[in-house]
Amino acid sequence: MEHIEIFNRLRQQFGEEVVLEHVVTGDEAKGFRDPYILLKTESLAEVARFLKDDEALAFDMLHCISGVDWPEYFESVYHLFSFKHRHMATLKVRTSKDDPKVPSVTSVWPAADWHERESYDLVGIRYEGHPDLTRILLPEEWEGHPLRKDYETPTHEHLRELGL
Amino acid sequence: MVIPAQPKPLQGEPMVIYMGPQHPSTHGVLQVELHTDGEIVNRAIPRIGFLHRCKEKIGESVPYDAYVPYTDRMDYLAAMNTNWAWASAVEKLAAIEVPERAEYIRVYVAEFNRIASHLVALATYGLDLGAWTPLLHAFRERESVLDILEELSGGRLCFGYMRIGGVANDITPRSIEMGKAFLKQFRAKLDSLNELLSFNHIFIRRAANIGVIPGEQAIAYGMTGPMLRASGVDWDMRRDEPYSIYPKLNFDVPVGQGLKGKTGDNWDRYWVRVQEMYESMKILEQVIDGLPEGEFRAKVPAILRPPAAEVYCRQECPRGEVAFYLISDGGKTPYRMKVRGPSFCNLSILETISKDMLIADLVSTLGSFDIVMGEVDR
Amino acid sequence: MGALEGKFEDGVIVTSVDALFNWARLSSIWPMTFGLACCAIEMMHTAACRFDLDRFGAGVFRATPRQSDLMIVAGTVTYKMAKRIKLLYDQMPEPRYVIAMGSCAIGGGPYYEHGYHVVKGVDLYIPVDVYVPGCPPHPETLMAGLIELQEKIRQDRVLRRKKTVDAA
Repeated sequence: MEHIEIFNRLRQQFGEEVVLEHVVTGDEAKGFRDPYILLKTESLAEVARFLKDDEALAFDMLHCISGVDWPEYFESVYHLFSFKHRHMATLKVRTSKDDPKVPSVTSVWPAADWHERESYDLVGIRYEGHPDLTRILLPEEWEGHPLRKDYETPTHEHLRELGL
Repeated sequence: MVIPAQPKPLQGEPMVIYMGPQHPSTHGVLQVELHTDGEIVNRAIPRIGFLHRCKEKIGESVPYDAYVPYTDRMDYLAAMNTNWAWASAVEKLAAIEVPERAEYIRVYVAEFNRIASHLVALATYGLDLGAWTPLLHAFRERESVLDILEELSGGRLCFGYMRIGGVANDITPRSIEMGKAFLKQFRAKLDSLNELLSFNHIFIRRAANIGVIPGEQAIAYGMTGPMLRASGVDWDMRRDEPYSIYPKLNFDVPVGQGLKGKTGDNWDRYWVRVQEMYESMKILEQVIDGLPEGEFRAKVPAILRPPAAEVYCRQECPRGEVAFYLISDGGKTPYRMKVRGPSFCNLSILETISKDMLIADLVSTLGSFDIVMGEVDR
Repeated sequence: MGALEGKFEDGVIVTSVDALFNWARLSSIWPMTFGLACCAIEMMHTAACRFDLDRFGAGVFRATPRQSDLMIVAGTVTYKMAKRIKLLYDQMPEPRYVIAMGSCAIGGGPYYEHGYHVVKGVDLYIPVDVYVPGCPPHPETLMAGLIELQEKIRQDRVLRRKKTVDAA
C-alpha cells in the first residue's frame, strides 16, 4: 500500500480529528523525500492497535522510535513495517515542551519497550503506560537529556560530584 | 544442554548475580542482572549503556561527510556495511547519483566485511561454549579478509572507506587478485570449520533446542538480520527491497529450518550465519566478474547542504537492518539523526526468552545473538 | 617478600636478585580479558594466531582481575563504566600494570569534543603505565606497547630502596 493510501485508510477509520495530516517532506524545487502522517497525541495507542490488527495494514513490526526536539514542541516518530504487505509507514505525534508526554505503545509492539526508554533517556519525552520508564543508556545519576537542543555538556568535575 | 527432566527448583533464597560488564561471554560491556534460583535463571535483565558514546549528538554536530568515521566505530565488526548505510542515507537525502563502478566496489568491500564479521560471530560463539581452536582457524581467515580491505582502505578494523557519493579510492588490481585468491581457498576452509565446530556433537548439544524464538515473536520484538531469518522469516533487504546492484546479483537467502532442533534455536542462528558466508562468496565472485569501468565517486560539493527534508534509510548489515533517520533543515549538519541499531533491537528479547533457563544456556543464547555493544549503546 | 622489601642498599647481589624478579615478572605478564570497544577486537587479533602475543609471555588472558597483572584498557571509557574499571583495578594484585590502548582510553579520542558521556582519558581514574596510540592501534603497535612495558618492569626496584621522585 502506498503511504497516502495508508493515510486515507486511517482517516476513513478515525476521522480528521485524530488523523491530522499527511505531509511529504522536501519541496518542489529540490525534490520530495519521505512522507509522514501526523496524529493526535492522545489517540496514538488506539491508532497503533488498529494499524497492527487491521488486515489491510498489518503493521506487525515497529522498526524504530525517535524523539525529536523542535523549537516549539517535542515529536515522537514511529517507523513501522509490515512483513505481510511489505510496506512502511511513518507516524508522528507532537507534545508540549513543558510537559512532554506521549501514550506508550509497548502493549501493541513489545519492541517499543527499549526504544521508548531510549527516547525518554536522551530526549526526555515521558511515555505514559510504559511498564518501566527508566534511563537505559545513561547512568541513573545523570542530569538532563542530552539530545535536547539546549543541553549543556557537564564538566568532568561536576560529574565526579554526582558520584560517577 | 538438554536436561532430561526439568530440574526441581531449589526453593532457596533467590540470588541476584551481576554478569558483566567485565565478563568474557557478554561480548563487550553488557551487564546482565540475573535473578537465579540455584542454576536456573528466573529473570535476566540486560543492562546496557556502558559504551554509550553519544553518536547521535555527534551526528548533529559534525558535517555529513565527517560522520563517516563515527559510523565505523558503531558496528566495529562490520564497519564497511555501516559506512555504506550512512552514505546511502545521505545520498538519498541529497539526491546524489552513485556511479555503477562505485556500487560494485561497495558490494565488494561490504560482502568481504560480512564474511569477516560472521567469522568473529562463529569464532566467539565457539569460544563461549568452550571451543578455543575454531577461533584460531576463523581468525586466520579473517586476517586474510582484513588484508584485502587494508589494501584498499589502509585500515584494519575501522576503514572509513566510503564517501558520500562513492568510495575513497578506486579498487586496485592487487586487491582483486587477493580477493580471488581468498575465494579460491575459503570454501574448503569453511567446510573444514564446519566439521570442526558446526557438526560437532558437543556443540550441537549445547546449541540446539535452546533459546527458541518463534517467527511472530521475532517480528514483534523488531528483530532483523540472521536472527530473524533463523526464526523462519524469509526476509532479506538485499533481495526483497533491493538497493544498489543487488537486483543484478544471484544469491540465496538462508532461512532457519530447525535442522538439529526447533526452528529459531541457537544452532539455527549460528547456521544461518555460516550459510550466509557461502552466499557472500557467490556474490563476490559475480562482482569480480562484472566490475564495470567508470568513476568510483560522484561529484559532490565540498560542503553538502541537503534540502530541508526527512529520510529513513535502512540496509542489511551482518547483524540486521541498520537504519538512519535523518532530518535536515537545509544546513551543514543534520537537525536530528537517529540510528536504529539492529543489535539494540535483537538484544531486547533476551529477558523474555531467558526465563527458566540454565545459566550455561543463557551464555549459549547470548553468544548466538552476536551483538556488538558499540551499536547497542551507540 | 614482605620482611625483606625495601630494606637493602644498592649492592651487587641484591641487584641481581632484583633483576631476577623483574625478569620473572616481565616474562609472564598475564593480561585481563577486558575489552571495551573496537580496540578489543584488535586485542583479540593480537592474541590470536597471526600476531601471537604468547611469544612475549603475555598470551594467558585471565577472566578475573585477581589473577591478572596487566589491564589493557581497550576502548572507550564512559562515565557509566569508569567506576567499574576503578573497581577492577583495585581488585588486581600488586604489581599491576595498565596499558591505555587507543586514543579513546588515552584522551577521549574522536569523542573528545561532543562526547558528553565519554571520559577524557582513563588516567583520570587509574594510573597508566604505557599509552598505545591509534584508532584502533594495529596489533603490532600493541605489541610495541607491551615491549615498552617490559622495559619499564626491567628498571623496577623490588628489593632495592625506591628512588625518591622529586616533587617538581
